[in-house]
Amino acid sequence: MSARIIHIASNTFREAVRDRVLYNLIAFAVLLSGAAIFVGQISIEIERLVVINLGLTAVSLFGVVIAIFIGIGLVSKEIEKRTLYTVLSRPVRRWEFIVGKFFGLAGTLVVNTFFMGIGVFGALLYVAHKFSGSDARILIALYFIVLQFLIICALALLFSSFSSPLLSAIFAFSLFIIGSFADDLRGFAGLTHGMARWIATGAAYLVPNFSALNVISAVAHEQAIGSQLILQNTLYALVYAAMALSGAVLIFERRNLK
Amino acid sequence: MSSRQRTTVFAAAVLALSMASSVLLLHHIDEIRPREIVDDTLYIASPKLVERASLGFNGLTACIYWTRAVQYFGHRHFLRERSYNELAPLLEITTSLDPQLLPAYQFGANFLAPAPPNGAGQPERAIRLIQYGIQHNPDNWRMYYDLGFIYYTELKDYKKAAEVFAQGSKVPNAHPFLKILAAVMAEHAEDFNTARLLWSAAYQSSGETNIRQNALEHLRAIQVDEDVTNLQNAVTGFVQQNGRIPTSLWEIAAAQHLRGIPVDPDGVPYELSLDGQVLVANPDDFPFITKGTPPGYKPGAPKFHTKLPAS
Repeated sequence: MSARIIHIASNTFREAVRDRVLYNLIAFAVLLSGAAIFVGQISIEIERLVVINLGLTAVSLFGVVIAIFIGIGLVSKEIEKRTLYTVLSRPVRRWEFIVGKFFGLAGTLVVNTFFMGIGVFGALLYVAHKFSGSDARILIALYFIVLQFLIICALALLFSSFSSPLLSAIFAFSLFIIGSFADDLRGFAGLTHGMARWIATGAAYLVPNFSALNVISAVAHEQAIGSQLILQNTLYALVYAAMALSGAVLIFERRNLK
Repeated sequence: MSSRQRTTVFAAAVLALSMASSVLLLHHIDEIRPREIVDDTLYIASPKLVERASLGFNGLTACIYWTRAVQYFGHRHFLRERSYNELAPLLEITTSLDPQLLPAYQFGANFLAPAPPNGAGQPERAIRLIQYGIQHNPDNWRMYYDLGFIYYTELKDYKKAAEVFAQGSKVPNAHPFLKILAAVMAEHAEDFNTARLLWSAAYQSSGETNIRQNALEHLRAIQVDEDVTNLQNAVTGFVQQNGRIPTSLWEIAAAQHLRGIPVDPDGVPYELSLDGQVLVANPDDFPFITKGTPPGYKPGAPKFHTKLPAS
């Protein structure tokens, strides 16, 4: 990776921290510690399940919201503040700017997820009083959530490269919801015939498949996650993020910034 | 005090006052609003729709629905309500969202099956719930145990109970007592000792406080039912022999050469009514008894005990 990309990424990370993005960790801590303390009193035998389910769902949703709302402003804000012209007047290529922004946002989310992960394990220790071997699988679920963030960051950047922040947010969030139903979409495609089937299947494969990256329930029930799934999901997320990022670069390279 | 400070103090006072007022008002609104409507409303009844709306976060949604089911049952059970209309749908949504959520089957069936006021009085729905659980967790022997239990305690279908216990005993790592239960059920289903064996097994095999407490209450009730049956037989024998109802249980004790009047698991002596019925002195202390209650008796709020009865 070139030094220029690293500089842009580190500046994006610093900007996110300055924008108090990591303050969401406070809300997360309150949510999780509250759940850990109160669920035992209002429900039966699901303290551990709630901590894992709630913790990982919150990690995922908080991250998705951050990825979308920071991601959509990464390009437009620079144009609005006219700082983009300063950056591009230096020996920085447009694609380097996009890729740097992507890594900066991804880095912010990884750090955020790291601290939230510590919170999940802390709450788990509080309710279960000890760790078991199967708790290590929570790390796999967290890893899959990070993969999900990579895709969403890339998508937010893609939309942000040609659209207004509001529309980008709508597009990215809609795609997140559609992607959560990717398995259903494929099922519906299977029910159609002829041309409609081709179009429906194409659409089902084009949207990101977030359901394959969601193993929260399985991990909560201490079910094993196959190494093949880990490998395939990693490749899928990297390929999909690369695809969306390439689209963003292609559009941004041709965008008239005058 | 500067103008800014005055504004701060005034705003803080208004904030505190309005917060307190809103809490107070909400409290009054809760009192006048019909509770039934809030309790008995299930906004989305379709498990499929709830599953879709959860955006793939089924585990968390299942936990929320399970907590709702527990709260719904607990609240109505405490008030000794006799209708539990939303309990079965809540449990069905919970298990459909997360078919591996075992407490929802185990406790859910215990909420659904017993007759009101101890449960919803829907043993068929409880059986359907557990069968769904077995379908999704075929290696869990406890599911068979719970299913057999419903057939035994609620439907008195001893043959079916024996079959289910036998099926459960074939599951890998099944508890050995399932085999014993299957055999006992086939031979001596209606004996007090069989009931005692079943509830003792429930008490000993669970680490969960609520299940142990429920089993304990049943064991106490079995003890009372057995005592009352034996005493009632003695009273009948006395009537046949002497042509009159005994004036008190002291006469029975004397006739049977007992040291004193038999006592219930709490140490309180049993009583004899004027028409010769053996009664428990404090029936509210034994929520699951089927004998020894006065005519027209309505059970009070549930009570819980912590000691096993001496059998």
